[in-house]
Amino acid sequence: MTLMKSFAAGAVAALMATAAYAECEISSGNVNVLANDFPALKAITGTAAECASGGATISANHNKDFRNITVQALTPNPAEYTSVIVANSSIVPLLNEGLLRPLDDLVAKHGQDIPKNQLITIDGKIMAIAFMANAQHLFLRQDVLDQVGKPAPASWEEVVETAQAIKDAGIMDHPFAFLSMSDWNLGEEFVNMYLGHGGEFFKPGTAEPAINNEQGIATLNMLKELVALSNPDFLTYNTATVVPIWKSGDIAIAQLWGSSGGELLSGEGAEEGVAENTVLVGAPTVAGGSTPASSLWWDGFTIAKNISDEDAEATFLAMMHGTSEKMVTANNDAAVWLMESYVPGPAAAGVAATASAGAEPYPMLPYMGLLHQAVFEELPDFLQGNESAEKTLADIEAAYTAAAKEAGYL
Amino acid sequence: MKHRTFFWFILPSLAAMFFFIALPIVSVAVQSLFVEHEQIMTEVENCGPFKCETVLQVDNEATAALREEAPLGRFNGLGTYTNRKHLAFEQVGVAWNETETFGEFMSELINLPFYKALFFTLTYTAVVTPFVIFLGLGVALAVNTLPRAIKGPTIFVSLLPMIVTPLIGALILFWMVDADGIIGATLQKIFNDPNLSLKASTPLTWMMLIVYGIWSSTPFSFIVFYAGLQTVPKETLEAAKIDGASRWQSIRYVVVPYMMPLVVFITLMQLMDNFRVFEPIISFSASAKATSLSWIIFNDLRGGDIQLFGSAGATSILTILGVAILLTPVLIRTWRDFNQKRA
Repeated sequence: MTLMKSFAAGAVAALMATAAYAECEISSGNVNVLANDFPALKAITGTAAECASGGATISANHNKDFRNITVQALTPNPAEYTSVIVANSSIVPLLNEGLLRPLDDLVAKHGQDIPKNQLITIDGKIMAIAFMANAQHLFLRQDVLDQVGKPAPASWEEVVETAQAIKDAGIMDHPFAFLSMSDWNLGEEFVNMYLGHGGEFFKPGTAEPAINNEQGIATLNMLKELVALSNPDFLTYNTATVVPIWKSGDIAIAQLWGSSGGELLSGEGAEEGVAENTVLVGAPTVAGGSTPASSLWWDGFTIAKNISDEDAEATFLAMMHGTSEKMVTANNDAAVWLMESYVPGPAAAGVAATASAGAEPYPMLPYMGLLHQAVFEELPDFLQGNESAEKTLADIEAAYTAAAKEAGYL
Repeated sequence: MKHRTFFWFILPSLAAMFFFIALPIVSVAVQSLFVEHEQIMTEVENCGPFKCETVLQVDNEATAALREEAPLGRFNGLGTYTNRKHLAFEQVGVAWNETETFGEFMSELINLPFYKALFFTLTYTAVVTPFVIFLGLGVALAVNTLPRAIKGPTIFVSLLPMIVTPLIGALILFWMVDADGIIGATLQKIFNDPNLSLKASTPLTWMMLIVYGIWSSTPFSFIVFYAGLQTVPKETLEAAKIDGASRWQSIRYVVVPYMMPLVVFITLMQLMDNFRVFEPIISFSASAKATSLSWIIFNDLRGGDIQLFGSAGATSILTILGVAILLTPVLIRTWRDFNQKRA
């Protein structure tokens, strides 16, 4: 438990408690937040909206496709939204276009109490305030593991072995699942596994791809071993598909987002005996490495550049209230919060274990998105057994190079 | 109609076509000739909740200055059209030189995204179009013989696939063919194979998409043919009957020739529609097994965090060219018929 607690508090211990803006009244200004659509973020914007009692207008747009409109929405002056809630990857296009406001003066004025580990600094300037962490990690069915007499797998090789044992024992036909849908999801699985192998995505100091190597081949081969133990429909599996299958009790081992933990542990809509036996553990290592094969993600709020200083200040205050102790206390289990007042529960166990085992953060590079996309465009050919690992890696590099040239990175 | 009257009559729709169709196409074509400016990057230190690291980041000021100078980006000519994401001249050349059999060359070709998409798009168009025409005609002829009382309800039911929003229709079908869905489970039972999955095998996915295409487009051709059938002159049909023509013969020699202009019309519409196949690929999550030109455009704009406008523009223009090539034979035929009639 101390491990989790220390993670929640952050690597850099912030001794001061987050300022408790118990009451929040903003007298003027316009606050309009653009964000992804999931409960934890709604808790934040919902709490931030309380500040409207002072006279300011506060509204939020939660949209699953938010990342497709961020750049267009923040480009005009004044911008369409005063704040965007972003993650490691979705902040990149906004940084590339220079549409975000450095928050140093606002932090100095209103947020001295924010722990340093919540501050996202780029070239010394604070560009976002992170409030939650997320990572993919293992979900296990303890009762099924007991049936085959295996411990919780600590490496992907053990995952393969355990899943094979479950299959051989005739308990389940397809005991394993991960988020292998042939879109962004599949790219993320490659990134995770490649990080676990200790691979570098680019040649140092350049945007040139460097994945066609032994680690890349090992990554692909491990992914192929895993899909063999997954349902043949694996290329259509995203969170929305796998979560109900888990609830129906047809999978025993799954690599899912930590943010699914709360739902799967609550047992709502699940078969009897599934939720009670669901255990969340950290992401496994691979090929004898010591870093978990997973990437760490943060979600945080940013403030648009093209808005008035008054609106920026109002937005900052509202979002500070949105991420205050009050919100955390009321929504403790909705996410793995980075705030001091967060009390880690069982739903946070997997993310905390993954982070404390030293998983790498998802690379926040301007051209990472292009490589991610090239991976999921080319990888299905290999997973379906149509071509060799070397050929697929060469295809990924070629697809990335074409896109990166067009985008001006090469 | 006098030319002057005709001009004023058609002016509003001409203007609308110019502003909402011609201009956007020109702008897409222009965009496809440009790529982004070179991104000027500097090394900076990034810190987050997990660790600090030194990475490359775009230098906003330097890049903004470049953009100010040339807002459209760098001129790339037809470079985007010939790169690996599109016509891939270089890769096709290499494949041609390095493969020995035509089969090997084809498999290399289909490994390239554009040709892979083109292959599915053409197969889909070539199969769906004739099916839609024949099925539509068949349904129209069958409905036409029904007694009056049940004709209305039958027409309504036959039109349902067209009334349902394509995306929703495809999603419903997708859930039905799931291993736990009604069609998927029934098929598993019939073939006695618990691992049979329509989503897992490429040929079955293609069949599923094609069946969906036929299902969703047939009502359109049905309703056009049905309307056409109401105008077939009764006298000619009766004369054929008196001459001893069977039902089949009167359809073959009276009804079909009479409705030929409608067949041409539906062929044109279907070729255009099917070449732009898109919704079923998204709804069926089929992009790992079947991609289309429209899907490539979607993926360039919506697949990742960075939008590739030049690339999407180039694929759009290639799609328009593809449609034009497909339509040419039909248009030439129509033009010839038109001239013959005038002569």
